[in-house]
Amino acid sequence: KTMTVREALNSAMAEELDRDDDVFIIGEEVAQYNGAYKVTKGLLDRFGERRVVDTPITEYGFTGLAIGAALKGLKPIVEFMSFNFSMQAIDHVVNSAAKTHYMSGGTQKCQVVFRGPNGSAVGVAAQHSQDYSAWYGSIPGLKVLVPYSAEDARGLLKAAIRDPNPVVFLENELLYGESFEVSEEALSPDFTLPYKAKIEREGTDISIVTYTRNVQFSLEAAEILSKQYGINAEVINLRSIRPLDVEAIINTVKKTNHLITVESTFPSFGVGSEIIAQVMESEAFDHLDAPVRRVTGADVPTPYAKELEDFAFPDPDTIVRAVKEVLAVE
Amino acid sequence: KLHDSSFEGYMLDVPDLAFNTNKQTLLQMYKDMVIVRRMEMACDALYKAKKIRGFCHLSVGQEAIAVGIENAITHKDSVITSYRCHGFTYMRGASVKAILAELMGKRSGVSFGKGGSMHLFAPGFYGGNGIVGAQVPLGAGLAFAHQYKNEDACSFTLYGDGASNQGQVFESYNMAKLWNLPVVFACENNKYGMGTAASRSSAITDYYKRGQYIPGLKVNGMDILAVYQASKFAKEWCISGKGPLVLEYETYRYGGHSMSDPGTTYRTRDEIQHMRSKNDPIAGLKLHLLELGIATEAEIKAYDKSARKYVDEQVALADAAAPPEPKLSILFEDVYVKGTETPTLRGRIPEDTWDFQKNDFANRT
Repeated sequence: KTMTVREALNSAMAEELDRDDDVFIIGEEVAQYNGAYKVTKGLLDRFGERRVVDTPITEYGFTGLAIGAALKGLKPIVEFMSFNFSMQAIDHVVNSAAKTHYMSGGTQKCQVVFRGPNGSAVGVAAQHSQDYSAWYGSIPGLKVLVPYSAEDARGLLKAAIRDPNPVVFLENELLYGESFEVSEEALSPDFTLPYKAKIEREGTDISIVTYTRNVQFSLEAAEILSKQYGINAEVINLRSIRPLDVEAIINTVKKTNHLITVESTFPSFGVGSEIIAQVMESEAFDHLDAPVRRVTGADVPTPYAKELEDFAFPDPDTIVRAVKEVLAVE
Repeated sequence: KLHDSSFEGYMLDVPDLAFNTNKQTLLQMYKDMVIVRRMEMACDALYKAKKIRGFCHLSVGQEAIAVGIENAITHKDSVITSYRCHGFTYMRGASVKAILAELMGKRSGVSFGKGGSMHLFAPGFYGGNGIVGAQVPLGAGLAFAHQYKNEDACSFTLYGDGASNQGQVFESYNMAKLWNLPVVFACENNKYGMGTAASRSSAITDYYKRGQYIPGLKVNGMDILAVYQASKFAKEWCISGKGPLVLEYETYRYGGHSMSDPGTTYRTRDEIQHMRSKNDPIAGLKLHLLELGIATEAEIKAYDKSARKYVDEQVALADAAAPPEPKLSILFEDVYVKGTETPTLRGRIPEDTWDFQKNDFANRT
């Protein structure tokens, strides 16, 4: 059976709304409009306006409000129409949600999921094309998940909704309509995934550690590398930025002795930087046969014109180039 | 019967000036205000003795608000406020000892030494919030939860005149009115946001009118009976389904904004002296108690003395309590809910990384 990422997210939320009356969805256009990207389609009809709440365009306010409801024991799913707009609310995500459990000495829980499309779309220019995984990934108290496939989306979102901690759930608009094979197991209402990396493609020559839409590009790059250069790349889908599955990274480096990271964040202080630091600080360093390379977004605000935008984010060819550099292949 | 100038209404009929209460309530409010004041004075002394670190914001002069509200509501209701939170925490049920222990960074503090002065919590009390104005949407969210659970309860969401200009306050007003949330937006107007006079920060200083489409009530916050009556009125307003209300408690902070502010560069000593001598909430209630024959001068002296003794004892107990053990297991606990932590959290060097599964250091043998 196949399922789109959109269907996976939608069914995950519907099942969790069914399972627990304390779960509700709140955000801009989530109810009557059926979701700006139709991820919440049909949920208003099925669960009513008590459980599916349209808000005014006031991210700071409704994010704070949802967190207040969480302090009182409800389990809100906050949809940001785009994570770019979560900037308006980042104080509440960081200061009100992530830190309260610690500041209260563990007496005050805050169970809440912040979800929505993150990263670049196409042709929407700088203010609507930024990847926040590194930003939220740096905050203790948050967990940050980055699903790629439909199975990731279902299993991780259901786990996030049941997680008693605040979870930032970074989706990708361009993956919503993509179809994936899903296992029988993944269709169960009890299906959840641990926050662990997944080996999407086994390989022996180099490890490509990546997440979300770049998993797709990395898999395409792996095919090119295999066909054109006889290079057998291993592709690791992180699934989670915080916690970061360092063990999986160490294991793949031990196996292939070569590593590149692929992400769409700005290069400076990004996820790749962190992965490399973790490698340096672990036994994996001793297993490297070449320096690690990062494939990242370019160090520019995202341009509008396609001719320029194409240079701003990773694509299969760029990943192939990086691999060839690391393996010193002509 | 309250003084004629106790209330001013905006789009509503003000509460009755005459009301019945009992001796016991009045005496309890007096005792509570005295204890809150003694506790704040103890904080002042402990801070000067360098036993309290960082920021410390005292509410001396504003005691009638925390005490008056608590007497008007029940434990089903929620309270949330800013960092000037000691009195509210006590009134919500935390002991003086546990509050002071928190301020002194002791393990027996209400937040186990993780929060300090600005981050106190108690059952039904949601902090103790350090970002000016951020507690306002949180408080609207508490009301959202009351409504969602169909509870006959409301949220008292306190903020200062300084916070009142934050955009998120108006975002919260809007959603509260749209959704008819049982939230009392309670502005403690103590006349200064840090050192900026209300008139220098706010285009109109009638904070009770700033809900625009939400009715409001200005209350003499230096008269605990007015605070009590207004808070009861506000709670009844909310739970009868009339939606949100904006209250303005007009009050005064005798001390500086925080311990590092002498509080004298932006206002005159005469002004402070005038408020203390003419409008003090404790002296005001004392006068009522004497006039109504509820207590004699001697009895009140005895209350004051026993409050002082009680707080002194609590200070000694808090002071004698142990700080958290300097262990990384304690440093890392409570970042996540127990049992659902990320596998590890990093210390300052990789060797200090904590592994929750092992309940030990991750990389040490």
